[in-house]
Amino acid sequence: MIKFQNVTKIYPYPKVAALRNVSFNVEKGEFVSIIGKSGAGKTTLFKLILGEEIPTEGTLFFKEINIPEINKSNLYKLRQQIGIVFQDYRLIPSKTAYENIAYALEVIGADDEEIKRDVSKVLEITNLTERAESFPDGLSCGEKQRVAIARALIHRPDFIIADEPTGNLDPLNTQEVIQTLVKINELGTTIILVTHNKEIINILGRRVITLEEGKIIRDEERGRFIL
Amino acid sequence: MILTTIKRIIKSGWKSFWRNNGLAVATIFIIVMIISLINGLFIFQAATDFLVSNLQEKADVSIYFNENISEAEILEVKKEINAVEGVNSIEYISREMASEKFVEKYKESQILMEALEIVEDDPFLASLNVKMAEASDYAVLNGFLEEKFSEKIYKINYFENKEVIESIFSISSDVKRFTFVFSLFLAVLGILVAFNTIRLTIYTLKEEIEIQRLVGASNWFIRGPFVVQGIIAGIFATMISLLIFIVSFYFLNPQLKNLFLGFDFFGYFVNNFLFILLIGLVCGISIGVISSLIAMRKYLKI
Ligand SMILES: Nc1ncnc2c1ncn2[C@@H]1O[C@H](COP(=O)(O)OP(=O)(O)OP(=O)(O)O)[C@@H](O)[C@H]1O
Ligand SMILES: [Mg+2]
Repeated sequence: MIKFQNVTKIYPYPKVAALRNVSFNVEKGEFVSIIGKSGAGKTTLFKLILGEEIPTEGTLFFKEINIPEINKSNLYKLRQQIGIVFQDYRLIPSKTAYENIAYALEVIGADDEEIKRDVSKVLEITNLTERAESFPDGLSCGEKQRVAIARALIHRPDFIIADEPTGNLDPLNTQEVIQTLVKINELGTTIILVTHNKEIINILGRRVITLEEGKIIRDEERGRFIL
Repeated sequence: MILTTIKRIIKSGWKSFWRNNGLAVATIFIIVMIISLINGLFIFQAATDFLVSNLQEKADVSIYFNENISEAEILEVKKEINAVEGVNSIEYISREMASEKFVEKYKESQILMEALEIVEDDPFLASLNVKMAEASDYAVLNGFLEEKFSEKIYKINYFENKEVIESIFSISSDVKRFTFVFSLFLAVLGILVAFNTIRLTIYTLKEEIEIQRLVGASNWFIRGPFVVQGIIAGIFATMISLLIFIVSFYFLNPQLKNLFLGFDFFGYFVNNFLFILLIGLVCGISIGVISSLIAMRKYLKI
């Protein structure tokens, strides 16, 4: 599904080496967690997958597509196939919670009936029905995070990348989100999850990649939470 | 699916138009200014054209003939003058007509009428009244007359009116040139201001545009609503600007009419309404759409 080949990313300004010679594969149907201290390069990994940043050296593939070679005006085709939860939510400020979630369906050209039905359902699942008409500025961090998760899942992508999707959730909500991810993973969706939560890693008992200063220092099936 | 997308884009543009009031108000305000300016100049141009041709009508030359010259001789001269280049019209005014005109004009004035009776000889001379197309033509005519008929002519009124005639012509062509340059300058200035205003408002939407890109919207799916907003802003701006014109011309028409020697601003506006509406819509919509497309270009790169 995803293949990193000797990827190095050096941000030009200020000059920071965020990733150094990183190589790994994620196969279809896998559920991979990525852990690492703050600044280890986890978010950079996701930016490369989305084509938001270009690797300084090396390259990476999504289903045989060479991501850095995709024309900017065609990047949307890649992004429509991926469900993304951003660490900083990235909700559209001028759209309500409902519209933010619906947007992921609108861009792929889903019809109105489907949008109405699915968004209402997802709002219910994420306990946001009462907040549907609120704008992001009027939502708590936990609520924003749930909207961001709902937006990433709504169009049923077969690949999801989630950057600390549970950082602002209480233990109960965290549980629910992880259970949901596990469930859709069992239905065949490939997932890459960045987390700082030791418990999640232990409960999942799946593959864990550990990053340190931009390098992979561990990559283990049934990994443990060691930083 | 394309239809759904287009419908969606229009709906989203309409919604954003009413939500992002900052963009809407600033854009409309600027576009109203530009449209009003362009239409105002268009109408002003028509008014000065009217004024100039009116003044040209009024400029003429009277050639008075010596008392001993017969009517037949004068008509002979008239024929020759007719062949001079640039002559618009020639009118023969006989002594009787001149006297009638004088009486008609001053019949209210007792003193003048009495004076007229006291004068033994008929004080009126026959004359030719000549109108030329261009101010410079009067000099040519003058040369022609001096050369050929100087002994028959008592006097040419041209020398009294010369300065007036020439200044009328030079002022009117100056006014035209000036309004043209000035309007061009203002229009360019206005478009730059409009572009900058729209650029600033779109800058505040940078984050939004980038998020839309990241969650998989194609460039046209993002641009679409802005195009729709530009169109709506253009239409609103045109309406507002027309309203301003209608109201101000309606109430100021009498004063403006006086100022411009009877040019009917309100009537002109009503008669050319469709054309003025079209200018407004074309300018308004293209400014709204083009400047937002240019302004957002760099945020679509992510
Ligand atoms: N646009 C940028 N320009 C320059 N340096 C950057 C940029 N973005 C990130 N960095 C640097 O690259 C390094 C890796 O950043 P990254 O965001 O990938 O870390 P992270 O692992 O996601 O951290 P966190 O857990 O805090 O989210 C950091 O040192 C960061 O300061
Ligand atoms: Mg991060």
